[in-house]
Formats: sequence, structure tokens, C-alpha cells
Amino acid sequence: MITVNGETYPWQEGMTVSDALKACNYKFPLIIVRIDGRLIPRDQYAVQPVEDNADIKAFHLISGG
Amino acid sequence: MSCGTKCTVQEMRKAHKVLAEYDYELGKVERGYNNRTLYVNLSDNRIESKAVSQEMKDIFIGGRGFGLKLLWDAVKETTKWNDPENEIIISPGPIGGITQYPGAGKSLVVSISPLTGAIADSNVGGYFGPLLKFSGWDALEIQGKAQADVIVYIDGNSGKVTIEDAPDEEVNSHILAEQLTEMYADSESDKRNVSVVSSGMAGQHSLMGMLNFSFYDVRRKLARLKQAGRGGIGTVFRDKHIKALVVKFSNVKGDSNGPADIERIAKAGLKVHKELHDYDDVQCRMRKQGTAHLPGIAHDYDFLPVHNFRYGSHPEARKVTGIVWEQLFTQGIPDGCWYGCTMGCAKAVDNFMPLTGPYKGERVTVDGPEYETISCCGTNLGIFDPHAIVEINFYVDTYGIDSISFGTATAFAMECFELGLIDKNATGGLDFRFGSALSVLEALHQMARGEGFGRIIGQGVRRMKKHFAEAYGADAQLLADIGMECKGLEYSGYVSKGSLAQQGGYGLTLKGAQHDEAWLIFMDAVNRQIPTFEDKAEALYYFPMFRTWFGLNGLCKLPWNDVEPADNAETDEPAKVPGHVQNYVDIFSGVTGREISKEDIIRMSEAMYDFQRLFNLRLGYGTRVHDDIPYRSQGPVLDVEYLSRADKYDKELKEAVGFDPEGKTVAEKIHALKSYRKDQYEKLKDAVYKRRGWTPDGIPKLETVKRLRIDFPDVVALINKHAK
Repeated sequence: MITVNGETYPWQEGMTVSDALKACNYKFPLIIVRIDGRLIPRDQYAVQPVEDNADIKAFHLISGG
Repeated sequence: MSCGTKCTVQEMRKAHKVLAEYDYELGKVERGYNNRTLYVNLSDNRIESKAVSQEMKDIFIGGRGFGLKLLWDAVKETTKWNDPENEIIISPGPIGGITQYPGAGKSLVVSISPLTGAIADSNVGGYFGPLLKFSGWDALEIQGKAQADVIVYIDGNSGKVTIEDAPDEEVNSHILAEQLTEMYADSESDKRNVSVVSSGMAGQHSLMGMLNFSFYDVRRKLARLKQAGRGGIGTVFRDKHIKALVVKFSNVKGDSNGPADIERIAKAGLKVHKELHDYDDVQCRMRKQGTAHLPGIAHDYDFLPVHNFRYGSHPEARKVTGIVWEQLFTQGIPDGCWYGCTMGCAKAVDNFMPLTGPYKGERVTVDGPEYETISCCGTNLGIFDPHAIVEINFYVDTYGIDSISFGTATAFAMECFELGLIDKNATGGLDFRFGSALSVLEALHQMARGEGFGRIIGQGVRRMKKHFAEAYGADAQLLADIGMECKGLEYSGYVSKGSLAQQGGYGLTLKGAQHDEAWLIFMDAVNRQIPTFEDKAEALYYFPMFRTWFGLNGLCKLPWNDVEPADNAETDEPAKVPGHVQNYVDIFSGVTGREISKEDIIRMSEAMYDFQRLFNLRLGYGTRVHDDIPYRSQGPVLDVEYLSRADKYDKELKEAVGFDPEGKTVAEKIHALKSYRKDQYEKLKDAVYKRRGWTPDGIPKLETVKRLRIDFPDVVALINKHAK
């Protein structure tokens, strides 16, 4: 399992940050991701692996509004 | 003498009778200020100059702050929106008019609102505010009422102000702005130096009138329109028999605002210009879609208003997402509403042909639609046809109607029709089910003519609730629950049921249910960054105070957080976009020569925020009860709403409320959730008032106004009166 913003989601072998965001239906372009406190550069989302039991914070910045 | 309706622009001008004339010395803007404001009284045709003191600049700053100060001095506690002493004040603020930083040409408009009875403020683009300032005035203050339609013309080239009787010009804005731009410009190339403020036919037949501010688009060769939408100030404008305000100034330069340190401003501006160039295409696509990039996001995250805010998403929402608008908007033209704005989000649909109404079959350019119009006049009405939304957009603009209030009020009427609370007898035969675009357009045309059901909708949600209960015996509690207004102002286009903080972002506001103080849905409901009441209260302190500052200075909010610096993620508080906050410190200091810190931004705003709250109190509002919100804003009212998110609500009942939903009816579950959520909102009020230094009744404390240096004798007397 992984945790994203306090909610749990199933973990899969080979999962990337992009996969995790997709699992949450997070499509907003301005999202800052930290895994276990470590900042992940936005250009690494497609390749950065997510380990089982990872705690992910996906901070959506304010836009519009 | 009038030349009738078919006359030329030259004939129209010939028909003008000059009612008053005022010559003034042209000045030079120094560090963002002229140190004087222009006062025009339409009752006795008086035109005067008023001095701006150092204290006024230090405390009230400019823009909305100047509007509040001038209005406070002009009205009594008994003044109503349509009393002659009510004013319309337009001010650009000290930064307004610089060309080095994106979004720096805003005008702020302040008046007593016909919808709320309290203070309305509205922030609008277009050239009027900056040209007003470069013509020699930090604000335009209009009081009194004319006998018949007039134009106030400020010639910033020669130093002359006139009040002119104007019988023949069109009232609707897309034509009037063209007529007056042509009338007052000396040539085609001079048209960019003219800006017009106008409303429209519906402005005079409803309480939700809006003001259009023009800017001449030299590529399209037409006067474009930006809107001061909220609060019904267009209604005040037409009630004063103002047909238009016109300003002309022909020598805009990069240093026209007289900045103390232009290099410092340019340096800050260059950073944002580069960010927009490098990142906008992969971030918000503001340059191609404007705020129309948002409907798809709102749908994905379940906060797109659908069917009068019942739902946050809809299968047909894909028809109105950003890429659809990108294809409809003319691309490749810089769409800034003031010089130097590289965000350029004032997108437009060109060569549009309306299918209804007085301009049916004509080719027009439509400014927008922006997100609020797409959501309020589209999805919230069950309308997912982009062409219908563009047509509604065109008519609300030219008729001078706030698209947010129009859309939300119409959505309420549609839901009442769907629920059988009103029928075709009430609507004058209109089929007012969700999705009935032609009925919506017909109601809009009726509103412009002051007739039929359209005229009823134009009174706004608050008055419709009373009317439907009294005239048709509709259930008053149900009307209260689904009527989406706060303080009398209709909700803007975000479903807040999933975010307690955003409920506060709508309710714990100054002018009513507008999201421009705080938009917290992501921070609260998605990121879960602000779980406690204290966290939410902190957000409902910081963001309203920070965002108020844009309105004091003539700035647009969008370049703050609709583009992100490359290193934003590495900062301590990326939601605040600290790099851009530092830019604002630099441009304020660069313009005024007054060194400030990031903390000073909040202090400056807080003084004006609390002053406006106290102004509402003075007018009979501004206490805890006025921060109440409709339950639809907090949770599900109807069975269908509950059932559409049943898992989520059942979970909340179990885990947060301690109520086992098993075996309970939907009505019982709705009741339990409603009790809990309403209690949560009251606790939020307590936390927010405490953080803002207010009493439990929502009134700024004496110690707070002293700290903010707004403890003027009449302010202290007002607080003491209510303390008793």
C-alpha cells in the first residue's frame, strides 16, 4: 500500500510517481510531490519509482480562484 | 437637440450639451501618486479636486482603500444604494499603470451594493484606471444623480473635465464603447488612448448590473471589454443616469507612473515574463486558454458547479474543458488588458454570430468566456454547449450584467422549477428545466427590457427566495438551503461542500460569496494541509489579507499564482509563492520609494480589510449572523445529492459524527450530517474571528484597530456603540 495525502492506495511493482498520481485521479499541472519528505523534481515524475509503503504528499498549488 | 437613433457618431456628439466644465493643471505622477482625486457631483454638476494627504497614502494606500476612505466620508449610516449620496469610486492604486510587470493595470471600484446593502468592491482590467491616473487623478469619485443620461469626459491631454448630456448613444456596451472610442479619438491610432466605462440595458432593470471597462485592441481594431462584475455597481451607475465615463490620455510611457526605482521594477518583471515564456505551456496555459483552463480541473476534482451546485462534476463536462476553449479563442494575438501583461489571458471569440436577441445574425467579438461564466452560466445551468455559453456571455456583457450573479440566480430559479416550487405561471411560460439554453437567453433578454421572469431573476437570489415563498407558497427552509447567496451576493463557481475552509472562504468575507479572498479547496480538501480549526483560521487570515493587497495597488491576482517559479517547490510555503511575494515587495518599493517587507503587505491589507468590515457594521451589517451561508454550500440538501456521494458521506457520519448510517433513511442521514456540518461552521467562525482579532460577534476589537492605526474617532465610536 502507499499513502497519498492521508488516503491509502494499492501499490504495484514498478509504480512511478506519475502512476501514483494517476491512481488518485490527480491531473492538476501544479502539483509538488514529496515522498517520505523528499522533494521529487517535476521532470522526474514519470521515472521516479515509488516503493511499497511510501508516504506521498501531493500538494496542489492554488491556481485560478 | 437629439438626432435620433440612427445618427452618426459626429451627430451624436453634436447633440451633447455641456452641463459643466472644469479646467485643471496637468500634473506629473510621482512615485505612483498625483496626490489629488477628482470629485464629480451629478446632482448639481459640481466638479472639484480633493487633496490626498500623506496619512491617506500611508493607511489607505490607494485603489480599494481610497474608495473606502472617500465613500466613508461621503455617506451616512442610513445611506442606501440608490440614495444620491452613495458614490461610485474608481481608483487604480499606486502600482496601477506600470508596464514592466504583468497584471498591473487594474481599477478598483467601490460603492454601496444594491444586492447586499453593504460595501461592494470589484477589481477590473481595461485601460481606464491607468489613463485616469496619468490624466492627473488618483481616483474618480462620483456622487449625486443626473436628471438624464450623461457622459463624464476626462481629457487628460488638455486638462479638462466635462459633464455632457448624451441623449443618442446606445446603452449596451459593445456598441457604446465603440461609439465613444471613435467619438473621442482623433484618429484610428489615437483610439488606444481612450477608455470607456459603461453598463447596459439590464444594468438599469436589475440589481446585478455590472460595469464594462474598455481597452482598444489595435490588432482587432475594436474596443474590448473587461468587467467589474460583483455587487451590482452597474445598477448604481445607471441609477445615477450615467451613460458612460470616458478618459483620454495620449502619452503612456514606461515611466508614466513616476517610479522611484524603475530598474528594480523591471528586474522583478523580467523574472515573471521569463517564467510565463518558459512554463505557461506546461502549467496553466493562461496565454492560450485564460481561466477557461479550469472547468476540466474543477470537474476532475469535483468542485465544478452543476445544477445549482448540487454536484461537482458531470459526464458532459468534457465539452467545456480548456482545449475546447483554446480552439474557439483566436490564438496568436497578445490578449493583455493592460500594456506589458505577458500573461495576456483576456481571450476572445471573434466573428461570433448570436442566434437570439437584438443582435441576432450580427458578427461580434465576445470577450471570454472566463471560468466563472463557463461554470455559472454553463454547467451550473446544465448547459454544456460552448456556443450557447458564448452567446450568454456576449449578452450578459453587453447588457451590463454580472455573469456570476446572473448564472447563480438563474440556476436557483431552474432548481425551483425542477422541484415544482414554481411553475410556468411564475416563469411566464418559460420551460426552466436545467439545460434549457433558449429559456435562459429569453430570460436574459427580458432582464434587459425590464420585463417578465427575467426581471424577477435580476433581483437576485435573496429577493427571489422571499418572492417565491410569498407569491407561490414555496417551502422557505428549502429555499434557504438551496439559494446560493451570502450577504445577498450570489456564489461564484466553486462547489464548497467538500471543504470547510472554503465554506469560510465564501462566508467569512466582506462583500459576500466571492472566492477572491480565499480559494482553499486544494489546501483543505485535497492536500489536507490545514486539518485543524486553527490551521483553517490561519489560512482564512493570511490569504484574504494578502489578496486584499492586490486591490489596494491596482494589481491582478493571476500572475501571483497562475504561473509558478522554477524553484517554488523548494520553498517553505509554496502555496504562497514566496518568490512572487518578494516581487510585489520590490515593485511596491520600486514605485513608491517606501521600503516594505512581506509582513508589511499583510499589515497594510489588514487595516483596510478591518476598515471595510467596520464600514459594513456602520451600514447595519458586518456581524456574525451576516456570515451565515446556505446549507447547499456546506453539504447535501436533497436525497439525490447525498446518494451521488453516499460512500463519502456515510464514512464521515461513521468516523467524524459518530452516527451509524446502517439502516438509516437518506433523510435521517442528511439530517445528522447537516447538524454536524453546521456546528463545524460555527466553530470555524469562532476560530477565524479570534485569529483576526475580532469579537465572537465578528467585530474588530478596539485593540485590533489601534494596532492597525485605523482607530479614528468615528471608528472608535462605532465599536464602542456596538460593545454596549
